[in-house]
Amino acid sequence: MHDETTQRQNWWQRIAHPGQFVAWTTSLLWPLTVLTAALFALGLWFAFFNSPQDYQMGDTVRIMYVHVPNAWLSQFVYAVMTVSALGTLVWRHPMADVSMKAAAPLGALFTALALFTGALWGRPTWGTFWEWDGRMTSTLVLLLIYLGIIALWRAFDDQLRAARVVAVFTLVGAINIPIIKFSVDWWSTLHQPASVFRADGPTMPGSILTPLFVMFFAFTFLFLALHLKAMHTEVKRRRVMTLERRLAQGAQS
Amino acid sequence: MIDLGPHAVFIVWAYIGVALGIFGLLAWTLMDARVTAARLAALEAQAPRRPDRGTQA
Repeated sequence: MHDETTQRQNWWQRIAHPGQFVAWTTSLLWPLTVLTAALFALGLWFAFFNSPQDYQMGDTVRIMYVHVPNAWLSQFVYAVMTVSALGTLVWRHPMADVSMKAAAPLGALFTALALFTGALWGRPTWGTFWEWDGRMTSTLVLLLIYLGIIALWRAFDDQLRAARVVAVFTLVGAINIPIIKFSVDWWSTLHQPASVFRADGPTMPGSILTPLFVMFFAFTFLFLALHLKAMHTEVKRRRVMTLERRLAQGAQS
Repeated sequence: MIDLGPHAVFIVWAYIGVALGIFGLLAWTLMDARVTAARLAALEAQAPRRPDRGTQA
């Protein structure tokens, strides 16, 4: 019992130290990169050479293999940022705000790509690139929240102070995630309701689900690899800022 | 390449857009990492480094 508690404290303490976190997680980057590349190669092969047309949408269903993973990540990245915001405000974990800051540009890009691919899928399917319906509008709001968070980070010189402000903003913005998720149930929207993660199981055949899941994991591992790399860079950037301050103080005295 | 039907242009542009976005993000992440690491190395060469207790095993 005592040993277990000691081990847990050590693990917690070790990832709480930026230097230790970088040392611990650097070895994960290459395996994640190789796994991501392999999943993308397999997913693209499935998407273009080994998956059928949809009986209603025809070949445009292939857009789903890039649209759904980006849409999933747009919300998943925000969930990661929300947990990190709690880590900053509640547990005061030193790596939490590093995680929050590193994730924001990634989430913004995945959200922009979800909107872009959704528009290109919408035109042949619905006859329009854009409609102000619940799902699309709330996803656009999510993109604006991401951009606001990135701007907030850049507005502060003191990154520890910025972290607390951004954490509060992130937690307030988290209300948009259930709105995106349930918008297709709450309002009569052009966007179709959930067809994969449903209580009664997916509504699509295995031949379409397989490439979708492969691409889903490819994009998810891509995010994990990029997030880790961006966190390492942020740790180094903070060390750069500390050294710059120390050098400036040394020059003044 | 398979025949993507009458809406091929939408499918192709969706994949091109995603590829550009992802490769752009990759390039930006790696460039940022490289520039920051170079800046850190330059500063550490200038500043006397204090012993870092946390990085020791």
